[in-house]
Amino acid sequence: MHAVELSGITKTFGETAANSNVSMTIRQGSIHAIVGENGAGKSTLTKIIYGMHQPSSGTMRVNGHQVRFNTPQQAIQAGIGMVHQHFMLIDGLTVTENIILGQEHRKLFMPLKRSQAASAITAIATKHGMQIDPEALIEDLSVGEEQRVEILKLLYRKAEILLLDEPTAVLTPEETRHLFTALRSLQKEGKTIILITHKLDEVLEISDMVSVMKSGRIVGTVPTSSVTKEDLARMMVGRNVLLRVDNPVEHPGRTILDVATLSCRDPKGRPKLNNLSFQVRAGEIYGIAGVEGNGQTELLELLWAMSDCSVTPQSIITIDGKTAFGMSPRQIAESGVSHIPEDRLKHAVIPQYLISENLIFGRQREKKFHKGAGFNSKAIASYTAQIIDAFDIRGTRDSNVTVAELSGGNQQKIVLARELDRPGLKLLLLAQPTRGVDIGAIELIHKQIIAARDRGIAILLISAELEEIISLSTRIGCLYKGAIRHEFSAEEVRNARGCQQEFEKKIGLHIT
Amino acid sequence: MQKKIFTALSPLLAVAVALAFSAILVIATGRDPLFLFSKMLRMTFGSDYGTGQIVFRTTSLILTGLAVAIPFRLRLFNIGGEGQALAGAFSAAAAGILIPEGTPAMVAITVCTVAAAAGGGLLGLFAGWLKVRYEVNEVISTIMLNFIVLAFVSYMLTNHLALPSTAHTPDISAAARIPGFGASIGIWQKSPANLSTLLVLAICLCTYVVIFKTRFGYAMRAVGLKPDAASYAGIRTNTHLLTAMAAGGAAAGLAAVNIVLGYRHCFEAGLTSGIGFTGIAVALLAFAHPLLIVLSALLFGFLEYGGLSINAYVPKDIFMIGQAVTIILIIVLTQQAKRA
Repeated sequence: MHAVELSGITKTFGETAANSNVSMTIRQGSIHAIVGENGAGKSTLTKIIYGMHQPSSGTMRVNGHQVRFNTPQQAIQAGIGMVHQHFMLIDGLTVTENIILGQEHRKLFMPLKRSQAASAITAIATKHGMQIDPEALIEDLSVGEEQRVEILKLLYRKAEILLLDEPTAVLTPEETRHLFTALRSLQKEGKTIILITHKLDEVLEISDMVSVMKSGRIVGTVPTSSVTKEDLARMMVGRNVLLRVDNPVEHPGRTILDVATLSCRDPKGRPKLNNLSFQVRAGEIYGIAGVEGNGQTELLELLWAMSDCSVTPQSIITIDGKTAFGMSPRQIAESGVSHIPEDRLKHAVIPQYLISENLIFGRQREKKFHKGAGFNSKAIASYTAQIIDAFDIRGTRDSNVTVAELSGGNQQKIVLARELDRPGLKLLLLAQPTRGVDIGAIELIHKQIIAARDRGIAILLISAELEEIISLSTRIGCLYKGAIRHEFSAEEVRNARGCQQEFEKKIGLHIT
Repeated sequence: MQKKIFTALSPLLAVAVALAFSAILVIATGRDPLFLFSKMLRMTFGSDYGTGQIVFRTTSLILTGLAVAIPFRLRLFNIGGEGQALAGAFSAAAAGILIPEGTPAMVAITVCTVAAAAGGGLLGLFAGWLKVRYEVNEVISTIMLNFIVLAFVSYMLTNHLALPSTAHTPDISAAARIPGFGASIGIWQKSPANLSTLLVLAICLCTYVVIFKTRFGYAMRAVGLKPDAASYAGIRTNTHLLTAMAAGGAAAGLAAVNIVLGYRHCFEAGLTSGIGFTGIAVALLAFAHPLLIVLSALLFGFLEYGGLSINAYVPKDIFMIGQAVTIILIIVLTQQAKRA
């Protein structure tokens, strides 16, 4: 019996086909992973299954019946539920209120049967090992708990087919484990789970079947037990990919970034950093591992003079011996610091600007790009050509391409190229360097980061991907509630790199 | 590509629909729209004097259009063109009256021009400062400043400056007057069109170059597109907000050069009324592009004088309705283009 059966699904937007001739079957009671790079068509496909998009051609069957959903409402009625990457919950309402929203089964102006609903929810939750307080307000929950609420919402509505879009992107290793336990328990009950992800380790760990997508097509659907991580990567990218960058022994020099007893509070008076201390030396990568929201953003904003937090008097940040407090972002940059922010589209590029205009963004004050009161377009054009070549930036068929038209990986390459090439670069602040970046591009970005380190640049790496932290870092600091709770020395990291999984678990203990 | 063509054609489509709509209104008043339109063409572009009138009106509208368009690059909506133009006219007239006769023309005209730009520019700068310092929305502050300036100028005029039993000031010194096209090169005789039009076209071109070709404009547009990213890149966003508001205000103020120095030669009640608001329409129709503004101002200049020229047959309010319909359509069509 097939829970979902797609045959010949094609979806075009204007002239581009997001999905072309996609056919696949998802067995009832299976955990079916769909993997692929950004823009491979995964989310379009899920949106078609969930009724948010209508296919241009092709047919879909759910539990054997041919269907055509015009709205998500119809998909929900057919027993399909979806957990979006960004949760759709209302902060000011309780868990129960959020779950029964739209399902109140009551006439307008009649009292709600909240307690009845709450006990039903608790029953479902305990059955699948998802602890939750039904009376808690959403705003007081952690990200992992919010996700549990989203899943419970689907179960409360008796969904039989669950679509999960990148469910582990925001979870800690611990929370991921809990999620997987719950998913297995749901599977035992006969639910079908469709998992959209780009994390290959997780695909291998949890799924029964895996479909690989590339440029809108299904490259293959195979039983998970029959493939390796390398196989999947090759199917996704279309060539052999080095999943782990070579990391030769580093030779650190003098201290470039010194953060000592740094404490700060946000404008509402909540403590964000708490006596944080660490140093980054020239020629080393200092990795900060941690769950998002433990002070990473505040630290980066302080280092780039963009913070509205107030710091305590004993806080110290020095960059190559000079205090960073009181400097403007421009002065910090001019003292040889580059910053690759967490959210590149918001903070690092102007999407509507051309590639060449973005390559000088933040460096537009450098004389070599100037001519009179304007820019030297020849110098900029040749610089652009040189970078496009060196960083293998794709999608640049002509020079009139804006950054908005490029894939995430190519956008990130532009930011990286620009920031690594800053004259007199001493320190690189690097946040989530491969977020939303394809595996093919990750390889190149990691290589460039190692190469920069070997040129003697001090690098502060902040990433939510433990795998990335482990494979790149010289030393690793575990950030928890605004302080380094534990630091792994260079030797410890080098020795532990071989057994990734175990090391991840060890780090996981210090960050939760 | 299709999107771009659609966006490019939308102003023409809007104008066509608005004209058709005006035609229906004309029919409703019991007149023949074809007769009226041809009459209107004959009275405007069909005549030397009419063309001069249009050029004169266009010149003011280019400036009040720029007053909206420049801050618009930073996502600021300057509704204060009306007040800024009034402040510019008032200070230009004041300077013109105070300048002694016999001052060299170049000096007198320059002083009055600077006074006009300063009058409008300071007003715009003040609204910008309220925004940067106290987060006052510029739409609200510029509207309120319109009222304040209008009240202040009216008071000054009626109680202190107007000639007895008139609503205008004494004439400005002869040295500060800008000659008309009729007197200087013999075209558009007797019309109010004057040489300041050339200055205004140069200002348009300069604005275009500064915004699109210089490093300053590069940073400025970046602030408008992504303020956060601009701050991260070390661009002083507040400086750009203040500069754009001041430049916008100064542009509106410069309308006085055309109206006071080039035509009326004194300050008078109601001298600039309406041009600030029409400037909003001019800028919107031209997608806030400093060169397209010339065309869009020409259209509104034509509609304005054209409406006036056939006022004897149909109320000119019909063409005001036409203008408003154009603006609404333009916004609807560009939104549609975005969605398509």
